[in-house]
Amino acid sequence: MNKSFVVLSVIIIITLTSCATSDTGMVSPINSGQTTSPNVPSIIRGTSPDKHTLTIFAAASLTGAFQEIGKNYETANPGVKVSFNFAGSQILRTQLEQGALADVFASADHMNMDLIISENLVAANNYQDFVSNQLIVILPPGNPAKVQALGDLAKPNLKLVLADASVPAGNYARQVLLNMSKDPMYGADFSVKVLKNVVSNETDVKQVVAKVELGEADAGIVYTSDAIADPNLATISIPDKFNVIASYPIAILSSALEPNLAAAFVVYVLSPAGRTILIKWGFNSGQ
Amino acid sequence: MKLKPHLFYRTTKDGSPGWKFVLPSLVLISLIGLPILALIWRSFNIKIFTFAVSESAVNALKLSLITSIISVILSLVSGTPLAYIQAHWKFRGKAVLDLLVDLPVVLPPSVAGIALLLAFGREGLFGAVLNNIGITLPFTTVAVVMAQVFVSAPLLVRSARIGFAAIDPQLEEAAKVEGATDWNVFRLIMLPLAGRALLTGVILTWTRALGEFGATLLFAGNLEGKTQTMPLAIYIGFEQGLGIALVLSVILLAVSLVVLAFLRKLELQS
Repeated sequence: MNKSFVVLSVIIIITLTSCATSDTGMVSPINSGQTTSPNVPSIIRGTSPDKHTLTIFAAASLTGAFQEIGKNYETANPGVKVSFNFAGSQILRTQLEQGALADVFASADHMNMDLIISENLVAANNYQDFVSNQLIVILPPGNPAKVQALGDLAKPNLKLVLADASVPAGNYARQVLLNMSKDPMYGADFSVKVLKNVVSNETDVKQVVAKVELGEADAGIVYTSDAIADPNLATISIPDKFNVIASYPIAILSSALEPNLAAAFVVYVLSPAGRTILIKWGFNSGQ
Repeated sequence: MKLKPHLFYRTTKDGSPGWKFVLPSLVLISLIGLPILALIWRSFNIKIFTFAVSESAVNALKLSLITSIISVILSLVSGTPLAYIQAHWKFRGKAVLDLLVDLPVVLPPSVAGIALLLAFGREGLFGAVLNNIGITLPFTTVAVVMAQVFVSAPLLVRSARIGFAAIDPQLEEAAKVEGATDWNVFRLIMLPLAGRALLTGVILTWTRALGEFGATLLFAGNLEGKTQTMPLAIYIGFEQGLGIALVLSVILLAVSLVVLAFLRKLELQS
């Protein structure tokens, strides 16, 4: 009898773990397809049928703007709760690849969106660029290192904080430095000299803002929208000839549990009302 | 852990069936064992060697080992006397001190990181003073060690305190009657008798320091060779591709297992 209990418990554990893996989108031979069926989302999320949760994975730089958009969307759609996961686009992409469930993915670059498409998590060409952003140099209140111009970023012993090269903002910042190195005014070794000053490669762009705002770093390179969101920071703008334009693509995921709500959210982001909010938060909405 | 088949249908002394113990245990064993198994299983499919010898992996491993060993030594040197004071001295405010020392154990590491920044950051409460005399702590290897000691030393102090408190006070009195100084009592009687508790403390402290992530990321940042320890490299690697993160995780797992086994053996011998 005891033996049968042990067998039973093993079966329970195996079933539990296989349920869990199929919940996260991995292939499970026992009940794959059941839990990802769009007919049962409310059961999975433990809410009643007329309460819906829309899950949005969005780049960290979109935090302020999307929270405002989310609130307006909730007001316009009673019974719908918008739940956000803000992080570096590369973190969100990895989470989605590992089976995280979301309805909408808004990336700060095309690379992470392309990877998601190549893994069939978003149907090909089923994304839209909805906004763009540029880079800017931010300085802490009081400007302790007396950074006056872009060239000062190469001053020895300056403490510069960037996003990691795997983060879109970090990748763009390194592109800007390379662009500047091509100009004789800064010199071919400008990028190398500036990168020598990097004291930390942060995991998302908001961490760069935080370290500069606390005065721990002398300068950081972030999105224009981040600088606008934080009026305490002094800024040095980067001329267009060196700057990069970061276009942000947005897409509905193939495995979305709320495809209709997700579509409505994307429509709202692209609508004049949505654009107004994005512009208010410092994005260029010329797409 | 030896799971011999007979364990499953063993009965306890009073005749009640053993599965009442086995069944709940299996839940925990699966929860801990399956992820470890998956980690090892998945890493077999990847060219471990190419990733493992990459410069950033070696740098991160080196930094992790060096900083965590320094953290353990610092915790031992400053934590053992503190534990002795807590266990054997009576003074006003002792309860407050006990609470303060235990606090980091329950504090989320992210809170620890922010607190460290606010205290020792360049604009921090004490960091501003240090900055004036030319010492900056954030984004340095020193900051990595500080974060590790902050979160892990209390584990050693707790363990040592319990060890010291368990020693019969009569032993101390007898030694003093024989003319032993306070220092000799501590060195020749207390330390050897509390040795096992100290060793347990060292194991807990070392593993906690080696795994430190949140406070390090916030206070020390992430720079290869300087502040990027294994847990940070794993996190960054996870974003670049599962392969790198997997291999780094397996290396850290292997290193932890070897040291854990070594310390456990020492513990059993003492």
